[in-house]
Amino acid sequence: MDLFANLLRRPAAASILSLLGVIVFYVVIGGVDLGKLLPAASWVNYAARIGIVAAAVALLMISGEIDISIGAMIPAGAMTTAIISGYYELPMIFGILGALGIGVLVGLVNGILAVRTAVPTLIITLGTLVAMQGVVLAGSKLLTGAASVPLTAAPWAKTVFGDFIFGGSHQVVILWWVLITVIFWFIVHQTKYGSWIFAIGGDKDSARNAGIPVDRITVLLFIGTATAASFVGMCHAILFNSAQVSGGMNDIFNIIVSVVVGGVLLTGGYGSIAGVFVGTITFAIVIKGIDFTSIDRNWANLIIGIMLLAAVGMNESFRKLAMRAATKK
Amino acid sequence: MSDNTPVIELRNVDKSFGPIDVLHEISLKVGAGEVLCLLGDNGAGKSTLIKTLAGVHAPTRGEILVDGEPVSFSGPRDAQERGIATVHQFGGTYPLMSIGRNFFMGVEPTKGFGPFKIFDRAKANKIAVEEVQKMGITRITDGDRLVGGLSGGERQSLAIARAVYFGARVLILDEPTAALGVKQAAHVLRIVNEAKKRGLAVIFITHQVMHAMAVGDHFAVLIRGAIAADFRKGEKSREEIADLMAGGESMADLEASIEGYMETHDGHPPKVGQEASA
Repeated sequence: MDLFANLLRRPAAASILSLLGVIVFYVVIGGVDLGKLLPAASWVNYAARIGIVAAAVALLMISGEIDISIGAMIPAGAMTTAIISGYYELPMIFGILGALGIGVLVGLVNGILAVRTAVPTLIITLGTLVAMQGVVLAGSKLLTGAASVPLTAAPWAKTVFGDFIFGGSHQVVILWWVLITVIFWFIVHQTKYGSWIFAIGGDKDSARNAGIPVDRITVLLFIGTATAASFVGMCHAILFNSAQVSGGMNDIFNIIVSVVVGGVLLTGGYGSIAGVFVGTITFAIVIKGIDFTSIDRNWANLIIGIMLLAAVGMNESFRKLAMRAATKK
Repeated sequence: MSDNTPVIELRNVDKSFGPIDVLHEISLKVGAGEVLCLLGDNGAGKSTLIKTLAGVHAPTRGEILVDGEPVSFSGPRDAQERGIATVHQFGGTYPLMSIGRNFFMGVEPTKGFGPFKIFDRAKANKIAVEEVQKMGITRITDGDRLVGGLSGGERQSLAIARAVYFGARVLILDEPTAALGVKQAAHVLRIVNEAKKRGLAVIFITHQVMHAMAVGDHFAVLIRGAIAADFRKGEKSREEIADLMAGGESMADLEASIEGYMETHDGHPPKVGQEASA
């Protein structure tokens, strides 16, 4: 019982309960065959795609900021890779560096605007989101004359970023997702830098008074989100041998929902990487797992909406539980 | 005290922001093991004075001396390194973080090496709990507890214990009892006494005369940026101090005028106008 109470006090508790809830719902109402759902590649691939960005966004949201320009950065990373290494046929490495470089650049712009101005980061990144959508579309029309660019990736790049693993249809990007999650988990929960990120989200002025380099960390976290997004775009261009201009609006909300279901407080200062990992899986299972059920897939969004509200409600009460904890005596 | 040099001293400090003079000719000194209570109504310049002491603002004129040596702080960090610690109303604590992490924020103990240096949670929790208990908060036994679960007084105490542990010599307490209940405030006052016993120079900012009188050795009343009165313990009564803080206007006169108004207005108190809220 004590163990259970302890689990509830963790930031990941709501995401684990959401995951169980969704699975039970799919089994009981949707008649899903777990033996088929769990090993299926579709939801894992999707989870990896949003999970890499979600992990970076989780760090940023713990620090109390938000980045919605990620929606434009996924296609931006893909198009940059395809234009450099596909259209101009430069060596693959330039395409990869170009994609990551554009992520660093946009992240830097977001970060500097965030620390230099008092404008809420939702507005700043809304600006860079729309601006980058324009840059990607107009730029690719200007350079290539098309909104879709083919790419033949070098074999090594294919193996590292865009291949299938386990001899099936699981994508190699899943391994990147797990690796990035482990690294971020280590930073957030084991090092002092993690403490600093929580402190920035908890009380920025106090953090600054405690000598924490608030501005530098904020800029780095913005670079993290934009680069994670352009990295995902790059992997997809390499995997599918082409890149298209797209809005990426869905990705923004899907990623933020995953992070929030994962127990990160929208106002910052609370959350966990493990929770976000589970939150991402939950989200992916709802979206992709519905195909394994007898439920019409158009209902998926309704389930997402309900799950989001339920998870936020649970997060709220579990956080209160955590604060009250150990007042037994 | 055997050593008569004040730990911190202000000599004729002025602070103006552009054309606006906020502090005027402030002179103060606090010795080791002494509590200076800085009293003042809202807008009297208390926060500007704190920020000047804490290195956030540089004085426009005048000097600050630490241990008799003139200093100029390059920023809050610099002031902290010279042993000047400021504890604000909510103590600079993070409600959703553990006691151990709060205590060591910015100066985390680590173990391991290279890129695998990890936060030493066990050590941080142990020291934090020990130090807070030494300050008399025996209810805190688990360093993993979230600070948000502590009472306001306990959060203040944690912040004070932290400042003491990291070698503060001057402790600036900015309205530490303002948001607290009677019992909680008593708690914080006990901690102030504890800090004083350990030989810290304490500057206690408040507008609650009772709290000031409970711990203060020395009092200064700030009105419109200038020190209106400076006296030692026992030299003035509570009523006199309250009158001073209200800007010389006697509280008794004020009460009489309100009562007079109520008599002629069917028992309604006077409406609060712009003058009263300014």
